[in-house]
Amino acid sequence: MSHTDPRSLQTHDTGESVELPHSHGPTTKMFIAVWIALLVATGLTVLIASIDLGALSAPIALTIATIKAVLVILFFMEIKYQTKMTMTVLLSAFFFLGLLLCLTMADYISRAWNATF
Amino acid sequence: MDQQHETATMGMWLFLVTEIMFFGGMFCAYLVYRYNYFTAWDVGSQHMEIKWGAINTVVLICSSLTMVLAVHAAKLGNKKMIVFFLFLTILLGAAFLGIKAVEYTNHWNAGEVPGLNWHPSELGNADPRHVAIFFSLYFCMTGMHALHMVIGIGLLTWLLIRAQKGDFTSEYNSPVEMTGLYWHFVDVVWIYLFPLLYLVSHHHHS
Amino acid sequence: MATAATVPEKTNYLNADYGIKSWLLTTDHKRIALLYLASITAFFFLGGFFAMLIRLELLTPAGDLLQADTYNKVFSMHGIIMVFFFLIPSVPAVLGNFLVPMMVGAKDLAFPRINLLSWYIYILGGCITLYAMITGGVDTGWTFYTPFSTTFSNTNVVLAAVGVFINGFSSIFTGLNFIVTIHRMRAPGLTWNRLPLFLWSNYAAAVIMVLGTPVVAITLLLVAFERLFHFGIFNAQLGGDPLLFQHLFWFYSHPAVYIMILPGMGVISEVICCFSRKRVFGYDFVALASIGIAVLGFLVWAHHMFVAGISLYAALVFSILTMFVAIPSAIKVFNWTATMYKGSIRLDTPMLYAIGFIGLFTIGGLTGVFLAALGIDVHVTDTYFIVAHFHYVMVGGMVMAYMCGLHFWWPKISGKMYPEFWSKISALLVFIGFNLTFFPQFIVGYLGMPRRYHAYPPEYQVLNVLSTAGASVLAVGYLLPMIYFAWSLKYGPDAGNNPWRAAGLEWQTSSPPPTFNFDETPVVTTEAYNYDEIDNQPQEAEVV
Repeated sequence: MSHTDPRSLQTHDTGESVELPHSHGPTTKMFIAVWIALLVATGLTVLIASIDLGALSAPIALTIATIKAVLVILFFMEIKYQTKMTMTVLLSAFFFLGLLLCLTMADYISRAWNATF
Repeated sequence: MDQQHETATMGMWLFLVTEIMFFGGMFCAYLVYRYNYFTAWDVGSQHMEIKWGAINTVVLICSSLTMVLAVHAAKLGNKKMIVFFLFLTILLGAAFLGIKAVEYTNHWNAGEVPGLNWHPSELGNADPRHVAIFFSLYFCMTGMHALHMVIGIGLLTWLLIRAQKGDFTSEYNSPVEMTGLYWHFVDVVWIYLFPLLYLVSHHHHS
Repeated sequence: MATAATVPEKTNYLNADYGIKSWLLTTDHKRIALLYLASITAFFFLGGFFAMLIRLELLTPAGDLLQADTYNKVFSMHGIIMVFFFLIPSVPAVLGNFLVPMMVGAKDLAFPRINLLSWYIYILGGCITLYAMITGGVDTGWTFYTPFSTTFSNTNVVLAAVGVFINGFSSIFTGLNFIVTIHRMRAPGLTWNRLPLFLWSNYAAAVIMVLGTPVVAITLLLVAFERLFHFGIFNAQLGGDPLLFQHLFWFYSHPAVYIMILPGMGVISEVICCFSRKRVFGYDFVALASIGIAVLGFLVWAHHMFVAGISLYAALVFSILTMFVAIPSAIKVFNWTATMYKGSIRLDTPMLYAIGFIGLFTIGGLTGVFLAALGIDVHVTDTYFIVAHFHYVMVGGMVMAYMCGLHFWWPKISGKMYPEFWSKISALLVFIGFNLTFFPQFIVGYLGMPRRYHAYPPEYQVLNVLSTAGASVLAVGYLLPMIYFAWSLKYGPDAGNNPWRAAGLEWQTSSPPPTFNFDETPVVTTEAYNYDEIDNQPQEAEVV
């Protein structure tokens, strides 16, 4: 067996790393800032929920939730500092989940339509 | 070592993809019934205790902070801080589960558990069967989430023991980071569960 | 070169360590592949046993062999075992596990211990499902439709659902392992467009495993909860929608058929090229078609629900999407055929299976396009036409591809060669038996014979008798390889490193390979199927 670790020679996807994980990256200050943003967003969600916004209530609540999720994923899970492939992997999950939700709802929503051929 | 770290990271993210699809199936069921039975969703949501849901959201957000600080400490090889922050994360996780236990008990006492103990009151003009579906999904979704919290606390405890033994250094800290990814994911699920289950209606009891 | 005196046997993965612990606690992907081979073969014959009961019952129009309830259990268990415990793991878990690391030039998969865990999870899921079968069975069909499965069935639904649920994680971990291995552990010089197509296919299947399996996992769990706690999520009497179950179930179960067929197509690509002594025609198209099948496969699930009660508009959308998914499969068939054109064809046993695959998969696939058309589907849904369609793609396609792969790589796996005469006889018996079993089912289904019934009107009997006769021939065709593969282990001639003079890194090492696959990390400098180079080189000296 060769002495050098063959894996160091291997072809693999480095993608384009936006940041190298150990050089400069997330700092404690940034974590605290994100944490505060998350708390504020939570408070906002609760506040807005008590106002009657009609059909807009759900989209607004979900938008705030998505902002919170994005903050956690980008900064706490440090996906901002990972390879492009990692981001692709994650986005593909949301894409296929979206397919499940959209195409299933397409059935339910269109059941009420009248087909007169 | 960096190579192996990237490999482990990719593996963990792929596993989180499976978790997204796993919870996603329940979100699909939720969406279908919210669309069809909005009145029942409105009524069902009114029976949720927003204060506990909000407190739990804050608890989890704080636990994500302590988790991230634990990972950060692991990358610096600071044993004392790793142990401290892991311990705090476990504590916060346990607090979350304790609050959920309180909520579940309250729901049980109010007869709001479909199939097992179903005699709710104040359902307004909603079809009780549809409200039962709301509660069924509530228990399935939060129950699955709670199960993932329990597993997460188990993993964190294992990490704590290893950290105390000095296993993690600035060279080797993958397990902490990977567990952190799992923990944040469980937080993100709750970030969506909270508005979807608790904040459907703008009227609320107590 | 070897002398007449005894030469110490070179250490390979089979003789590197002895004893049951060395097998049950191995992390060597090749040994794990053999663990899977043994368990999958056992499940295949168990599923085949249930198939035999079905065909025996259907010899006569009257339901005289089994009671209706028992028959329901038999076809359910046939389906559950064959789909979840044979077809889905077969090529990935046996051939994929064995070959993926070797084809990328690595020592093992990215996560060897998770690979072993995945086998244990498979065994655990299998044991629970077997227990469910032994203690009363399950009669809901492998499709577990609600509300029968959640409310009205009196059989071991929860146990079976839990068994399948657990087994799903085996699939997920295998897929995860393949994706990371192919991304991150390729040998120097092995770029994506030099990858063997077997890797592209397994990669695409792995993506489906990771994305789709969790959805059926939660769906089965919800069925279990509904049954245990009397929720009403899928029960119309309680305000639920049974179709929601079907949406969630088929969101996985349709892509699942691509999990089954894609690795099989990967095998065919390798074998067609080797036995035509040509590079594949349109490498890029075949590689991208694999990805295309994986992606498009997620867009078509409701074609299983055309008559279930979905809206007409949804049906129209899914109908046209289903027609699209046929395109990448057709591209592959054209490209394989074009690869064979003006190739130097050798009709060894693997090639016989591969050619059989192309013909039978095409028939099965075309009938799938017929079914995509709403008008036809309404007529033949829940008849034997459907049964014939999916058996053509699954058995005429997938199982033949699995046999093809086993025969092609058997020399590499075992170091021995099987007897060519008997292997060709088996291939012939499989082909004849298969067509005799399932072609009559197209006809009898189109004429109106429903599926999942233990009795039928007497006018369908002749075709059913033909079908059962075919099944007996098919059974012999499947049993013979068991015998001659086992025989070859002891009495077969040594195969040598590369008996087929095939391209691919796995053939560059000894047969059987050493535990860590390669003595030195290989470096790749050529495209995947450089057969013109290989055939112009003198025969390489055997590595002793």
